Amino acid sequence: MNLHEYQAKELFARYGLPVSEGHAADTPEAAVAAAREIGGDRWVCKVQVHAGGRGKAGGVRLVDSEGEVRAFAEEFLGRNLVTAQTDAEGQPVGKVYVERCTEIATELYLGVVVDRASRRVVVMASAEGGVEIEQVARDTPEKILRAAIDPYVGAQPHQGREMAFRLGLSGAQVREFTDVFVKLVKLFHELDCSLVEINPLVVTGEGHIHCLDAKMNIDNNALYRQRDLAGMRDATQEDPREARADEFGLNYVALDGNIGCMVNGAGLAMGTMDLAQLYGGTPANFLDVGGGATKEAVGEAFRIILSDENVKAVLINIFGGIVSCATIADGIIGAVTEVGVNVPVVVRFEGNNAAVGAEKLAASGLDLVTADSLADAAQKAIRAAGGAP
Amino acid sequence: MSVLVDRETRVLVQGFTGSQGTLHSEQAIAYGTRVVGGVTPGKGGAIHLGLPVFDTVRQAVEETGATASVIYVPAPFCKDSILEALDAGIELIVCITEGIPTLDMLAVKARLDLTDARLIGPNCPGVITPGACKIGIMPADIHLPGRVGVVSRSGTLTYEAVQQTTDQGFGQSTCVGIGGDPIPGSQFVDILELFEGDADTEAIVMVGEIGGTAEEEAAAYIAEHVSKPVVAYIAGVTAPPGKRMGHAGAIIAGGRGTAEEKFAALEAAGVRTVRSLAEIGEALAEVTGW
Repeated sequence: MNLHEYQAKELFARYGLPVSEGHAADTPEAAVAAAREIGGDRWVCKVQVHAGGRGKAGGVRLVDSEGEVRAFAEEFLGRNLVTAQTDAEGQPVGKVYVERCTEIATELYLGVVVDRASRRVVVMASAEGGVEIEQVARDTPEKILRAAIDPYVGAQPHQGREMAFRLGLSGAQVREFTDVFVKLVKLFHELDCSLVEINPLVVTGEGHIHCLDAKMNIDNNALYRQRDLAGMRDATQEDPREARADEFGLNYVALDGNIGCMVNGAGLAMGTMDLAQLYGGTPANFLDVGGGATKEAVGEAFRIILSDENVKAVLINIFGGIVSCATIADGIIGAVTEVGVNVPVVVRFEGNNAAVGAEKLAASGLDLVTADSLADAAQKAIRAAGGAP
Repeated sequence: MSVLVDRETRVLVQGFTGSQGTLHSEQAIAYGTRVVGGVTPGKGGAIHLGLPVFDTVRQAVEETGATASVIYVPAPFCKDSILEALDAGIELIVCITEGIPTLDMLAVKARLDLTDARLIGPNCPGVITPGACKIGIMPADIHLPGRVGVVSRSGTLTYEAVQQTTDQGFGQSTCVGIGGDPIPGSQFVDILELFEGDADTEAIVMVGEIGGTAEEEAAAYIAEHVSKPVVAYIAGVTAPPGKRMGHAGAIIAGGRGTAEEKFAALEAAGVRTVRSLAEIGEALAEVTGW
């Protein structure tokens, strides 16, 4: 789950990390009030969306009057912001963040991730702040400093100090950076983060270390013990079909092809999409209907898949493990009858009671095409969708 | 011979009396697995499925001599359950549960690395040596005792690979689902090492997917240490970057972890790869000459 910058900064402040005073606003009036409360005559206005690349897309602006604050809020609230990281539709802007302006002397990068290869939480820093860290990692990996955190001991000040010296910091900045380092890792652990990034972390005009941006992703599997964070979820930033699937315990990811896929198991669901492409088709989605593939789950899966109007055929691929394909056939028949499916449906059963399942589908009188192998299923689905594009 | 488990393996079930624990223990017992009892805190002294229930893993180990444990407890309690099994001296821990917080697994893995114990999973179907011992949720009847070692990050893709090796008549020595989480207890490399050293395993099927670098590590290991033929399939060629594809670990992050990178690494290591998951069995026939 992703958080907005304003939410992340609120959490940063709770952990004593240096952030600017700022307020999120959902109306132009609230934005102006926020600027007034902060005081001064210069502010930064930032669009709050779950996507990077806001600055380049015009969603971050330095303003010098309340009128400009209002104008910024009026321009973006209720619209979509398209950035290099969003799709063509962009992300809806429900809030703008008004923040005290900070003088920047130097921009750094500081991030915390779960490094799968070393199986440690790893802190990464770079003197190349403000740019995409993936780019730095690709082009000049030697410019990224790394510190692995022991899960039972936590971040140690010496790790932060070493990083600070290597970043070229000196004097009080070393102490301040070390403090940020230790507190950030503490936040990462206590809030079950999967990613925290400060890009840029800056040295201010007065020479202090300061968190200018804040990005936080939370481990979905830990939300049961992070109730406060679960409440910060902004469903408007998610694909509505993905959010709906999530409510029904289905895993759905929208793609842009025309073959809707319904599969039990995440790996097999990916494999099915790949197979559709291999035979010249284009998958419309990833959908793991779960091991049970009950009538309710299948019905909901149909509704979600068919809400994508690009879908011209549905390919159902079920490997019956513990659950019998005969049971799943009943689920499919029930769901197709109930939902009213208006595109061809190709079904491939394998495993537990596959033949009985196929017989049930054939006897249902519904327009269900059965396939006797994976390749056959993919090819029939592609033909049903109107052939390879 | 086989790897990890055999006919003699004495298996405990953690979360024995729950619905999942009960369902899969019944099937394991019916398959012939030597399930020796289970653990459900507070239900010690009871008899479930004709077997003793214990309050703690330590007690269960002392009474039954179990060396393996399978965990069906809900995700919030798995860190504790895995560490309890570890502290009680269990040598093989198989965790089926999906949805364990990543930071819990980081802590577990760090402790695990200090011991000789092995964890398979979490978020996996388990381990089976066909005809001898089934620990987990995989359907028994697709398996056939035989000579192919199967290792996979995905449940249903394992079943596909197993079905194809059964249909070809090759059968399986042992099948290991290492699970779809970002921090698994065992990696491909760990299992490949076992298969390479196992006299019953004559060829290996490896099923990977997008996310992380476990397949690349496996490729490097195979190039150096594996003499047996390996057929590999990687799921997720069509997966968009930055999206989690069902499994917590199946995500292309920062442009890394793509299926193409993994295919390329495996091919460079001399592994026979297949782009269609339907061709695993045929590819195996080709590389082995069976």
